[in-house]
Amino acid sequence: MRAKRLADKLVNYILLFNALVAILVITAIALLIVRESLPAWRGIGLKELFLGTSWRPNNEMFGLLPMITGSIIVTIGAIVLGVPLAVGAAVFLAEVAPPKVRGIVRPAIELLAGIPSVVYGLFGMVVLVPLVRRIPVPGNTGYGILAASMVLAVMILPTVTNISEDAIRSVPREYREGSLALGTTRWQTIVGVLIPSARSGIVAAVVLGIGRALGETMAMIMVIGNSVVMPSPLTANPLTLVLRQTRTLTGNIAVEINYATGVHESALFATGVVLFALIMLTNTAAHTLMRGRS
Amino acid sequence: MIEMKQAVTYRGAMGKTRSNLSIRYLEQYIAFGLLWLCAIVTVAVMLAIVGYVFYTGFKVIDIEFLTTPPRGGLSGEGGMSTTIVATLYLVALTLAVATPIGVGAAVYFVEYASDLLGKTGFMPRVVTVARFGVETLAGVPSIIFGLFGYVLFVSALKFGFSLLSAALAGACLILPVIIRTSEEALRTVPRAYREGSLALGATQWETVHKVVLPTALPGIITGIVLSVGRVISETAVFYVTFGGSYNMVTSLFSSGRTMALHLYYLAMDTRAFDKAMGTGAILVAFIVMINLSINLVSRRLTAREE
Repeated sequence: MRAKRLADKLVNYILLFNALVAILVITAIALLIVRESLPAWRGIGLKELFLGTSWRPNNEMFGLLPMITGSIIVTIGAIVLGVPLAVGAAVFLAEVAPPKVRGIVRPAIELLAGIPSVVYGLFGMVVLVPLVRRIPVPGNTGYGILAASMVLAVMILPTVTNISEDAIRSVPREYREGSLALGTTRWQTIVGVLIPSARSGIVAAVVLGIGRALGETMAMIMVIGNSVVMPSPLTANPLTLVLRQTRTLTGNIAVEINYATGVHESALFATGVVLFALIMLTNTAAHTLMRGRS
Repeated sequence: MIEMKQAVTYRGAMGKTRSNLSIRYLEQYIAFGLLWLCAIVTVAVMLAIVGYVFYTGFKVIDIEFLTTPPRGGLSGEGGMSTTIVATLYLVALTLAVATPIGVGAAVYFVEYASDLLGKTGFMPRVVTVARFGVETLAGVPSIIFGLFGYVLFVSALKFGFSLLSAALAGACLILPVIIRTSEEALRTVPRAYREGSLALGATQWETVHKVVLPTALPGIITGIVLSVGRVISETAVFYVTFGGSYNMVTSLFSSGRTMALHLYYLAMDTRAFDKAMGTGAILVAFIVMINLSINLVSRRLTAREE
């Protein structure tokens, strides 16, 4: 019996160790990446890294601004294109869909969530890029912000839809019934009661979607063109900005890490630190929003 | 509650403007029409992508494509056999590392740490920190896991670009997935099972491994299958840790490429879009099978609960 109790204690500690692995890994990730990036912060300097507009490792120019701007613009594009669709689908699933239709739409979204990012990238290269190329603007290659935003919009849809749907579903039944009992239509209940009540959850869903968009790597490399320039319109028309080829923070790391050495390598780790910080910021915001609700 | 009040006043004001019933229903028809459209577009996008990949992909797939190794070259000659093998090895090794830790952590959180909830002191604080770790790790983008794997396993520990480096980095990536799904599975086990076992004089560990774990097993397996899908579709992590050689993986220290990596190299380095699509079709077919099996298991589980 005593041996049994002792074994029980031992198991307790082994399991506790397992539970601590995640925090150990995240600490190791943060420490190692920051440590590897130190030579870049020291050697290149904060000002050059954050405000420099040229990234030419061969000429010792390491400005991250083009990539930071690129990541942000592509993410905005994905939000503009993807969020209305995603939230619409969430409202549909939570409030409108007959069970049978739900049984079709749900698995479709699950499959969208499961499709590998390289397959999205390939679909973008083979189908979307040639379509975008048809827009008659000088210098338009098809690769660039528009194609990348379209691909990203679909990739973040499952995240935004799932979390928004949960938020709408978790509105107490009394709200719904109270509103309907006042003689409103179902649609008035949705816009007047359900969406306002689920607002913070829906915002959290969008913020998590932003996090996913910022972190996406392979599909972005495949369709965005990867040239390192400050994103600017191709012609006098400001809308041609979306046809500009650019590069994301994630792409910058993936494309160059395998051959980079010295300060160049360290600058890529600095890219990682910027990306990590951006994503931690968005995720923390999302979690705070979700906790604020419950 | 405040929101409810606001909403009611807002609608009350609407009432005063004498919006009559038929206009309100017209509004609803249009709005619901748009919502239906959102759902239809979503399904159509899925069908377009999967349909296109299958339609163009299966044209290049035959026995030869599946059973011969890639031979490199500018048009991506050869098949994809070695990449299938490399994917299987990587999935097996990644899960072998992540599953025991992940399930162990989940068991700790659900079976051991729940007593500590709401208490103060050293241990509850440790559990809060551990939880925070899982939550944070789940949000880390995959390229960061790649960087981590590159600096720790590839460079510092000198495993090189290899199966081992890739599997260890991959294990970090799927750890939060396994922990979360296992936790959910453990939470569905009725309390009465645990109390019954403990009342018979079993220790906590005996209760966990003879009663709780077997009951939660289908749910835990669902989580593992989900992680298989994550490893199959992941690319960024392995792009910077696995090396990308298309030769057969023969040891833990061999470089290699998964199917997803192979697709990337075909599309980006050789522009062999047809063969890339073929590889993509196989990948998507795997994901469809995984999703179907998960749905099947979870449907069984809900049926059992009812």
